[in-house]
Amino acid sequence: MKSLRIGCGAGYGGDRVDPAIELAMHGNLDYLVLECLAERTIALAQITKKKNPNNGYGQLLEERMTALLPLCKEKKFAIVTNIGAANPLAALNKTAEIARKLGIGPLKIAALEGANVLDEIKSRNSKLWEIDAPVSEVHDRVISADAYLGVEEMLPALESGADVIITGRVADPSLFLAPMVHSFGWQLDDWVNLGKGTALAHLIECSAQVSGGYFADSYYKKINNFVDIGFPLVEVNEKGEGFVTKVNGTGGVVNSLTCKEQLLYEIGDPASYLTPDVTADFSKIIFKEIGRDKVEVTGARGKERPIEFKITVGVKDGYLGEAFVSYAGHHAVERAKMAQEILEKRYKKLNLTFKRVKYDMMGINALHGSIGEKEKIEPYEVLLRVAVKSENKEMATKAMQEVETLWLNGPGGVGGIRKNINPVLAVYSTTIPRSQVTPKVAFVEVK
Amino acid sequence: MAICKLHEIAHSRSGDKGEITNISLIPYKEDHYKLIKEQITETAVKEHFGEIVTGKVVRYEIETLKVFNFVLYGTRVGGVAAALEFDAHGKSLSWALLEMEIKK
Repeated sequence: MKSLRIGCGAGYGGDRVDPAIELAMHGNLDYLVLECLAERTIALAQITKKKNPNNGYGQLLEERMTALLPLCKEKKFAIVTNIGAANPLAALNKTAEIARKLGIGPLKIAALEGANVLDEIKSRNSKLWEIDAPVSEVHDRVISADAYLGVEEMLPALESGADVIITGRVADPSLFLAPMVHSFGWQLDDWVNLGKGTALAHLIECSAQVSGGYFADSYYKKINNFVDIGFPLVEVNEKGEGFVTKVNGTGGVVNSLTCKEQLLYEIGDPASYLTPDVTADFSKIIFKEIGRDKVEVTGARGKERPIEFKITVGVKDGYLGEAFVSYAGHHAVERAKMAQEILEKRYKKLNLTFKRVKYDMMGINALHGSIGEKEKIEPYEVLLRVAVKSENKEMATKAMQEVETLWLNGPGGVGGIRKNINPVLAVYSTTIPRSQVTPKVAFVEVK
Repeated sequence: MAICKLHEIAHSRSGDKGEITNISLIPYKEDHYKLIKEQITETAVKEHFGEIVTGKVVRYEIETLKVFNFVLYGTRVGGVAAALEFDAHGKSLSWALLEMEIKK
């Protein structure tokens, strides 16, 4: 029976490069997928593209392609990646340039465009879920709108036999599912197989998160060799049966515990995991450890895909000022509280008002709020954190300046102050009919 | 009957989707599935998280894997990208869930 080996060589834009090389060298892969886009990445990339029309793709493109293009020819696998971000065409050209420079050829590179639907959502005045208001409400602040494209849009690139397929926004699992659909000839309404493939895709789409990363602790869940943690791969056959594993000798672990954690990662109802391709159903999944670092996945299913495309919309949303002040030694926490009180009163006196303001005692309540306070353990050192959100940059700047004045005007023994002010980029969601999106594929052949 | 912390019998991972945090709860031993199902209810989790959860809590189960998925609404108002929290993504919140107590 026909089977495929698909590896995950990146789980986010800044992920490690060396485990991808390890996987490419020793994974015996048919496809290496690099997932490089978080929710906000495209909006940020749009800003970059506006400044430079030849940029707006993933920041580590050069490093990744330089390392992986030679291996893709030598080991005969194809690369599939959403590293194109806001500008897949520029990423295509850059990749071709790198291939020429390295003397790699013949190499066929494809780029999928068409995820950008900014004009469409503006003219449709789509409703944004998070703020329960139409686009017109935030019209002048909208900077990007991208559809999560899926397998159907990627297929022409795969059918072309390209060695490298670069996309912009595509749903993460679709990057892995598309090679299965293409190689096994699954129909686009074969919901059961699409559901099975999506389960395997979801398990490995966050790279090391299924092989010991974002998992281990020092007590209950110890793992070996974090330093050389191996990135995962799936081997899947044309019936959608498969297992998750990693390259022998790499660090970390793939077991039923890591798979359970990752299966539930960032999902809602396990019986209804929505992608552009399918409504996947994980509610009857079974994991079986069939060897060392090898977990078989069965029982996933699927139902009809969502009618519309989900859109992620990047909107400028004012400024975030954030500062940290530290204290140690006797009465450290009380001194930090004094500092907070001083700031609160100074902001009032200077008439500084914010959309939101938050004070945290790092070491006590910054992460878990009052849950941590119940422990009643007084730390030796504490860090007061002040965060303010404002539409107005000057207001945020003044607030941060006030924190800095605590050096000379606050409690004794201040052990360092750091501050920063950054524009906030909110990410909102909406949907759009599939007919509003026009995908197209561009090619370059490097001789 | 002894009272223990959840982390002694289960592990957990959290992730985000806009204004929502989801937290899995996975017993190390499948025998403990029933115990957790009885005691770690939507109401109990909502109460434990206090001011962190402004909306409802919904619990899902995967019977075949003996695992739970808690969906916490309104943990990051305005979405993670615009959150004021240091832990904008709420990735540490799984460890907060594991601080809950359970009777064995």
